Amino acid sequence: MTEYIIRRVLQALLVLIVMTMLVFFGVNVIGNPVYIFASSECDQACLDAIITDLGLDQPIWRQYLTFVGNLVQGDMGRSFTHGVPALHLIFERLPATLELAFSALVLALAFGLPMGIYAGLRPYGWGAKLIMSFSMIAFSLPVFWIGIIMILTFSVQLGWMPSVGRGDTVDLGFVEVSFLTLDGLHHLAMPAFTLSLIMMAMVIRLARAGMREVMFTDYIKFARASGVPERRVLGAHALKNILIPIVTVLGMEFGGVIAFAVVVESIFSWPGVGKMLIDAIAVLDRPLIVAYLICVVFMFVTLNLLVDVLYSLLDPRIRLGGGKA
Amino acid sequence: MSIASAPPAAGSARDLTRRFLKDPGAVIALLVFAAFGVAGFGAPLIAPQNPYDLAQVDILDSLLEPGSESFTGMTYWLGTDGQGRDMLSAILYGIRISLVVGLASGLLALAFGTVVGLIAAYRRGWVDTLLMRIVDLQLSFPTILVALILLVILGRGVDKIIFALVVVQWAYFARTVRGVALVEGARDYVEAARGLRLGGFRILMGHILPNCLPTMLVVATMQMAMAISLEATLSFLGLGLPPTRPSLGLLIANGFDYLQSGRYWISVLPGLVLLAIIISVNVLGDRLRDVLNPRL
Repeated sequence: MTEYIIRRVLQALLVLIVMTMLVFFGVNVIGNPVYIFASSECDQACLDAIITDLGLDQPIWRQYLTFVGNLVQGDMGRSFTHGVPALHLIFERLPATLELAFSALVLALAFGLPMGIYAGLRPYGWGAKLIMSFSMIAFSLPVFWIGIIMILTFSVQLGWMPSVGRGDTVDLGFVEVSFLTLDGLHHLAMPAFTLSLIMMAMVIRLARAGMREVMFTDYIKFARASGVPERRVLGAHALKNILIPIVTVLGMEFGGVIAFAVVVESIFSWPGVGKMLIDAIAVLDRPLIVAYLICVVFMFVTLNLLVDVLYSLLDPRIRLGGGKA
Repeated sequence: MSIASAPPAAGSARDLTRRFLKDPGAVIALLVFAAFGVAGFGAPLIAPQNPYDLAQVDILDSLLEPGSESFTGMTYWLGTDGQGRDMLSAILYGIRISLVVGLASGLLALAFGTVVGLIAAYRRGWVDTLLMRIVDLQLSFPTILVALILLVILGRGVDKIIFALVVVQWAYFARTVRGVALVEGARDYVEAARGLRLGGFRILMGHILPNCLPTMLVVATMQMAMAISLEATLSFLGLGLPPTRPSLGLLIANGFDYLQSGRYWISVLPGLVLLAIIISVNVLGDRLRDVLNPRL
């Protein structure tokens, strides 16, 4: 058991190291950021001063070592354009992205579960066909396109929904949130729904497949035979069993949702980390780009590790290597 | 794999074609896709103007509604964009770029993934373990994240986005091909070929690979839809194609700036075309799977 966890942690660390190298070397060979700082009357001496100041006169491997050294201490360098530590900027913007992602998660479960369960119970009815077509469309259409159509319909044509920003926020002491004010909810609705569609499609499929499998098991037959009311058969016995794969998949997909938030945030001008990344790319703010990518990769590797370790605690076949070879 | 023991899809190519053509959904999807293919690749011949030839574009004609007439008497059936380009022509040229990117990345990923999958299935042992570890690792990252990182590093360009799409897709093919090749490799006809003392390479290429083709075709179709959609998304973010090679995604992004002022056509029309392409490819893949019945 311990051995499995140690091996898995080492593997995660290796992935992290490879990814930091890829991101750092990759991002640091593009463009020349010196010109962001240089004014038009900047002569060679002034350019050199900027280069030294940014540490760009060092060989790239030394820059990388400095970067890793600082990274371990939680320092990811200063943003070129904002002049403040990159990590600080990310933590400032991250709550907005997390709020969006969690709202999307809640929406996906709130709408996806009932739809999937219904489709699983009556798989040949027209309702199920409708739900499955919706799931296929939500899964295959580009997210940005759905966002654009929502803006066009609800903001431009009908004028019901705001299409830009977060609205009024409430300060909870450590973090500001939108979902506690009416205006904030109003702003949150469209981006959260857009972001939730892919997850919703997945929840529908998993819930439907799970329902169809579970309803033929002996324990459901037995529960029915012993006169348990149908509501309880579905709500307690069936639901519990279909939730396991759904929770696993959603846990592993959450990193993807954060990455997809880049698209949604760009469309709805949501002031999260994704929007910040696109802005940083436009002005070649290297430390900020690197910091964002590393944070997302870190978050993702950690999530995967957690899911794997939790799974091995729950299912001994995995840690003993008896699962899929 | 419990379904793996099911008998392979029966029927000759002609039989399969007939079954495919019997399905109205499949035929419509095929026709729609073929029509877009012809429209896209024939763009220079059928488009009313070359939207990237500055001599043919008049800035005075910018932001005209669909159906308006230009000063020279030409009708812009689908309106014009902010620079006075005919949207119909821009969309036709955009289809071509989107299809080229989707097809090229799909085929390259298919080729690379197939080689990796066949090697893994053939060599077994540590080679297989290592290759599949890499595949697992690759698949554990969300495609959009990997593509985002690569394009931030590489910059814009047709070759760059194709490269990024190949990187995010090859692992799918590798895993599928390996799975099918392992199943096929255990069948009697392979045993018979071994009995005839045929070489390993010959068995792999001449006997196992052809039997993997139906599955590969289905996966390739589905992946192409994904590639077109992902390319459009990345181009919309300004990360994919350069402004000189506007795909449908970039056209939508250009029109997005005018959306708030009610000039919907610049964004919505290329979007509808993109939608039709993606849905037709998806339906096509879905029907192909039903007909060819690969063990996916």
